[in-house]
Order: sequence, then structure tokens, then C-alpha cells
Amino acid sequence: MAVKDYIRERFFPHLWCPGCGHGIVLNGLLRAIEKLGLSKNEIVMVTGIGCSARIAGYVDFHTLHTIHGRALAFATGVKLSRPELKVIVPMGDGDALAIGGNHFIHAARRNIDMTAIVMNNRIYGMTGGQFSPLSGCGVIATTSPYANIDNDFDVVELSKAAGATFVARTTTYHVKEISDFIRKAILHEGFSVVEILTQCPTYFGRKNKEGEAADMLRRYKEITTPIGSDAKKENPDLIERGIFLQKENPEYCSEYNAIIQQAMKG
Amino acid sequence: MSQNIKFIQGNEVCAEAAIYAGLDFYAGYPITPSSEIAEHLAYRLPQIGGKFIQMEDEIASLCAIIGASLTGHKVMTATSGPGFSLMQEALGYAIMAEIPCVIVDVQRGGPSTGIPTHGSQGDVNQARWGTHGDHSIVALTASNHQDLFEMTVYAFNLAETYRTPVILLLDELVGHMRERLIMPEKGEIPLVERLRTSVREGVDYHPYLPREDGRLPMSDFGGVHRYNVTGLYHDMWGFPSSEPRTVHGLIRHLVDKLENRIGEIAKFREYHLEDADVVLISYGCSARSALHVVKNRRLRGERLGLLELQTLWPFASEIVREKCAGARSVVVVEMNMGQMLQAVKTAVDEPEKVFLANRIDGVFITPTDISNILRLIQGKGV
Repeated sequence: MAVKDYIRERFFPHLWCPGCGHGIVLNGLLRAIEKLGLSKNEIVMVTGIGCSARIAGYVDFHTLHTIHGRALAFATGVKLSRPELKVIVPMGDGDALAIGGNHFIHAARRNIDMTAIVMNNRIYGMTGGQFSPLSGCGVIATTSPYANIDNDFDVVELSKAAGATFVARTTTYHVKEISDFIRKAILHEGFSVVEILTQCPTYFGRKNKEGEAADMLRRYKEITTPIGSDAKKENPDLIERGIFLQKENPEYCSEYNAIIQQAMKG
Repeated sequence: MSQNIKFIQGNEVCAEAAIYAGLDFYAGYPITPSSEIAEHLAYRLPQIGGKFIQMEDEIASLCAIIGASLTGHKVMTATSGPGFSLMQEALGYAIMAEIPCVIVDVQRGGPSTGIPTHGSQGDVNQARWGTHGDHSIVALTASNHQDLFEMTVYAFNLAETYRTPVILLLDELVGHMRERLIMPEKGEIPLVERLRTSVREGVDYHPYLPREDGRLPMSDFGGVHRYNVTGLYHDMWGFPSSEPRTVHGLIRHLVDKLENRIGEIAKFREYHLEDADVVLISYGCSARSALHVVKNRRLRGERLGLLELQTLWPFASEIVREKCAGARSVVVVEMNMGQMLQAVKTAVDEPEKVFLANRIDGVFITPTDISNILRLIQGKGV
């Protein structure tokens, strides 16, 4: 199947702003699925609320557009009740880690087999440019007009500490990494997290004088580096990209199946 | 055939009745006085191949069962007041997206942490209006274990029939009480199974287009029909819409599908109403004391009757009006500040003849409490 066969064409053009990075994430996600040769009927996409969450409307899978922050909780019910389905959960940074932070760490802790994609543009776009828990200090937003004093989470470190068994990070500049990491994340048996830095030229870019979409993309190239590169040793401020963790741990649904086997024996 | 008689706790009755009804997925979070439901199901569900999961909070619990309902399972969660407050967000989602599910609220005293190990009926109006926006809702209750079993099964049946969340509004007293239950035989209580679409693969399926009888056939996630589910106003395919006619049509559908069928949904019991000049109206634990008063007073020749409500919402106004028409006075017996009282006053022809007999200190309302109030109403003094 071609990538086009995975989308609901009648809803295009999409509602994202010109220059938004979310379309690049969608592209990378669909290419990953195409490469895996998955059937559309075996994929459930669950999203929360926000710009990122609208991705569910555009893909021709079983799609569940839920409530702000709760996508992983809904997804847990879908997955545990039908473990043979592939569950993919794209979320924004506020969705995943502010209002949804508790669900995020507990889904990771259970190591339930699903793929969480954090589309991190460091801002609340749909509500008009407020700071998020991934904005970081110094960022200008409509609710931090004098500069943000809230520390940010490191999604990679948080995911690892919470119990995720596959953790990766890339950016919308590195499009091939997006589809490569998502493909590996879907194949991974356990809770997988892929953080993708994605530009919001409308709010983040404008408020923080980062220029237009192309300037923001170029910046992703400049401020990131592959894991363990020499550049990182010279400049510790660089953000690392790559697969940080990939390990085998007991998966929740498989473990529960063992419980059923035990209970049914009586 | 010999009867299967158990001496059993109310919360366990609810859990066993849910299994009888076909429950095979439960998600919940521990909270007094409902925890025994979760404990019982954690043990029982895997024995029948079902799934139990303890979530990180009540918000996640309701979200998880909604997800599991969409894959074709009969689902339930149970909680008490503070957890029920947290569930209001996802309850609205289940109403909007028309997801069959059962939510048990074993009521304790509130607001806030309140009085966790004592009884109350203070969540009656929260069940009706706890989540935001216009909507209708089904809330059921029971005063004894035999009824509790039947009403739990009924909750699942209504959830499947109307594609709606159903609230089972129990209370600490019935939930923690032990009494006799005659376990119904398999097939004794009819079950409503999920209505699935007969639309074939490749043919356009409309998850949100009601049939002529108002029912909406479903298709399981993972099946051959891929559609969208959202908490936004949506069209017949489930895709977001802000088109005024679509918005208007959807909200009318969500309200009318229940409010137009009150006659079918309303369940109640009546005792000595035929010639009653004092009608007691009660439900849940309070109805036990109310019934005791009616039986005792009848022995003395006093014309008392009881209308026990088993369906609280949607409120059966017509039935209440009719049953109270001949009464000199109507006394609503409940363990709150008069939450059902207001609905009864609105329903009857003469609201000034409606009085409240209540108790709000966490202690079970006794027949003496009710009798004292009756004497005051009748001008006899206590």
C-alpha cells in the first residue's frame, strides 16, 4: 500500500498552521507503518486534545480522539482488552506531560505494549501559545510574558526512569529518523516512547524570535547531535538524538495472560 | 432443583451480578466503601478469562473501560464520591461518544473526603448533573441484595440497549450489609447483548446514525469498519462537526433517547399505595426503614404506603404524580438534604404537601426517625 492509502483524504488540507511540524510527524509515522506492512484494521490510534490530537482524524485506522491528557488511559483499556491490536498514541507536550503526566509514567511503569509519540513543540498551540512543562526556563509564552521560570522535563530521562523499555528522540528536520524510530518503536514489545521536536512557528517561533518554519528546522539541525558524538563532548548543550534505550522486560498484557492461565486452572 | 442461597455482602452481590450480566473487563482504583467490588473482581475475572486492571486513579479507570468497551467488551468500574467526582470528565465523554459502560458509586458522606466508612445518599444530584453540558443519564439503585443483583444486570442491559453509561448509585449501608441472596439461575434474568452492525466490509458504516427504533449498532475496534470516536460534536461517521444542524440534532438525540423512554427505563416497587393517604417515597438503604414503618403502621390501621424508586434518573415524574395523587401528604425519605425531594416536588400536583424525612449524620435512618417526622407532619408532636 502507498502512504496515501493510510489517510482519510477527504479531510485534507489539514487544520495545522502553515509551517507546522506536525504534518512531518504524520508523514514519518505513515511511512513507518507502510514499511511494516500493517493492516489498517489492526491499528488503533488514540489521541488526547490539542493540535497534535487532531492527527487521529486524518488516518484511516480505528481512531479514538479522547480527552485532554487521558489518551494513554483509554489506550490501556483498548490494548489490555484486545492485545493483538497495535496501539499508537501521539500526544502533544502539554497533553502527554502536564495534564497527562500521571498516566504517562504509569503506562511506562506497566510496560504495556504501545507506542507513545510525544510531538514536542514546547508550547500549547491550540489555546494560543501558553508555556508547557517542556518549554523550559527563559521561554516567552502568553502566560510567561516576562520569561518562563518553570523547569522542563527531559522526556528521555523521565521515560527511562518511569519504566519505558524503548526510548528515542529526534526532530522534524531528521525525517528519516522519524520513520525509522517509530517503526522500531511499534515493533518493540513493551512501552515505547518516541519524542519528536516539532516546530510551532505560529506561537513558539514568533514569541521567541526563532524565525519562520525553515529557520526553526535548520535550528534543529544545529542544536542536536547523534548520541555519543564528539560534538556532544565539545558542546554539552547539544541535545542528543537516537535510540537511548531498547531492552526486554516482561510486557503487561502477556503477564496478565499468565494470570488468566493460572486462575483458570483453579 | 435446589436454590443456590448465599449469605453475602452487597458489594460482592454487585460484582457477581456483573459477571452474570457478562462483565469481562473491569478497571478501578481503591476507595472505601467500594473496594470489595474491585477485590472480588480481581480474583474472579481471570477465572473466566476476563481482565481486571488497577489504574493510577479514577480518571484513568473510567477512560480504560471506555477503551475496552469499544473493542466489544462489557465493562464496569466502581468507586465512591471522591472518585465519582474525578470521573465526571470521562462520564461526559461516554455520554457524548455513546459508549456502553456501568459506573458503580457506593455513596459515602461528602463533600470532599467526608465520612468514608458511613452511609449517605448525597450523590443523587451529582449523578444527574455532575458532568458539564446538557445531557440525560440513567442512574439506578437498590435497597436489598435480591434487587441489587437484578438492578446490576439491568444496568448492563440498559447500557447496551441505549449505548449509554449507566450509574449504579449504591450506598455504604447496602454495599457493606450482609444478607441472604438467592443466586438467579443462568437464563433466569434476560441479558441484552451488544447490538453489532450487519453492514458488510467495504460498505459505508455509520456508527452514529440511529436506526428507526433509535438504537445504534456498533462495530468493534479491530473489526472491518474503521471509524472515528470523539468527544466533540460529530456527524454520523463520528467526525468532528460544528455545523449547527448536526450539533442540534446530536444533543436532541442524546437527551431524547433516554427522556422519551422513561416508561421503559423506570423501575419501582410499590407497597400499599392503593388507599394510602400518606405516601412515603424512598430508595436505596432508606427504603428499608421506610418499608418497616409502612408495615408497622398498617398493623395499627394507618393508611401508609411506600413508593420505592429503583430508577432515580431519568426521573419518572408521571409515575410519581399519579401515585401521589390521592395522598394527603407525601414524605420523601432519604439520607441527604433533600436531593430527591426537589424532583418529587416538581412532579406532584401540590408541592406544599411534600415533606422531607432525612438523616445526614452518617447514621442509618431508623424507622423511629421516620415515625417522629410523621408525627410532626400530622400535628401529633414527637
